[in-house]
Amino acid sequence: MYFDSFQALLTMNGHGIYVWPAYLVTIVVITALLIAPMRRRSRVLRQLAGELKRAQSASDSGAKGER
Amino acid sequence: MHPVRKQRLYLVLFVALFSSAAIGLITYALRGNINLFYPPTEVVSGEAPIGQSIRVGGMVEEGSLLRADDSLAISFTLTDYQASVPVVYSGILPDLFGEGQGAVASGVLSDEGVLQATEILAKHDENYMPPEVAYALENSGYDKKGKTK
Amino acid sequence: MWTFFHKLGSPPWLYAIAGVVLRWLLPITLIALVGGMIWGVLFTAPDFRQGNSYRIIYVHVPAAVVALAGYYVMAIAGAVSLIWRIKMADVVMKAAAPVGAALAFIALFTGAVWGKPTWGTWWVWDARITSMLILLFLYLGVIALYEAFDNKEAAGKACAVLSLVGMVNIPIIYKSVDWWYSLHQPASIKFTGESTIDPSMLYPLLLMIAAFYALFTCCLLMNMRAELLQRESRTQWVKKIAAKEGKR
Repeated sequence: MYFDSFQALLTMNGHGIYVWPAYLVTIVVITALLIAPMRRRSRVLRQLAGELKRAQSASDSGAKGER
Repeated sequence: MHPVRKQRLYLVLFVALFSSAAIGLITYALRGNINLFYPPTEVVSGEAPIGQSIRVGGMVEEGSLLRADDSLAISFTLTDYQASVPVVYSGILPDLFGEGQGAVASGVLSDEGVLQATEILAKHDENYMPPEVAYALENSGYDKKGKTK
Repeated sequence: MWTFFHKLGSPPWLYAIAGVVLRWLLPITLIALVGGMIWGVLFTAPDFRQGNSYRIIYVHVPAAVVALAGYYVMAIAGAVSLIWRIKMADVVMKAAAPVGAALAFIALFTGAVWGKPTWGTWWVWDARITSMLILLFLYLGVIALYEAFDNKEAAGKACAVLSLVGMVNIPIIYKSVDWWYSLHQPASIKFTGESTIDPSMLYPLLLMIAAFYALFTCCLLMNMRAELLQRESRTQWVKKIAAKEGKR
């Protein structure tokens, strides 16, 4: 490792206040980029599964009513 | 190819070509304004306006940097190795500012051709290397671009 | 060869193959991103002139490079969907826009943060930075334009035309530092001739560029999968997937 101590890594001779926010924002944006489509996919699937279930039970009760 | 698709292809190419031509003409017309700064040659030849806020960019000439003892005032000359412009400034300087380094000074050009700067920006080049490598290069008689001095 | 292209146009096949690719590519991407960041921040020497602030290069340059490449993906997909009316091309175009916008934002933000300690300013209206800002606005414009239309077919066409027109900006960004006097320095990595960055700093940078390309691919595929499910929600194959995976 290039830095001698954790303190030196944090401050980076005064450049830490620039380097760390740059990396932090990058990581946050990347995380959001990865999570957004995952959440969208599971939301769509959950919604569809709910619709399917309702359609299923509706057709079941409809079949009972005919008897 | 299907004639309808061919027609659409031509339409797409037409859109791409004409938008490029339009943007090309605009950038050509504005080419002076797109430049962030004037090089010293253009300032000396009188192409830069006097009494207006302009930017001048070049290298800080070796040995030209003078600092006042009792204030933040400094003076130096910016050069592109063909012409040079004297600059006076008082204020905070970026860390990378120094002799032999690139800099962009914004301010007003006086009648005598001296730039009264209100802001100094450091311009750095595209060379990156560890300090030891730079030191070794220096000692071996090569400059930072790997060419012999 | 042609069967491959025909399959590309088939949503269930594309959805499945994207899933297989993601299972491998996503872990590799994350490892490369984390590894590259640790290498760049902890194990490289500081720059002889800029000191430690240069470490921002390991996120700034990859984000900028891939934001530009991503625009080609979006614009070419737009052109394909305009000419051949392939629905999947429209899906690719729509999926690329938010990823490109996010990367352009990262490049601009980290550039501003890097500019303060090196140049002495957060922002300057020079040709490179301004054309990069236009790139971000083009991405955001495509996203907004797509949302503005109720008719999604018309939206796709409008976005395709906008992204084609905006393609002019890409060579301008590349060449801006050579054509005009700008504060931004020219490129350090050169395809022809020797790079002006020391090998010990170049290798982690190349790793990060590769990682960002992989990241773009992952996000593109994930966005496409979500988009496909939504568009095809009335079909049997999606219903099958929903019955299996949607219970959670």
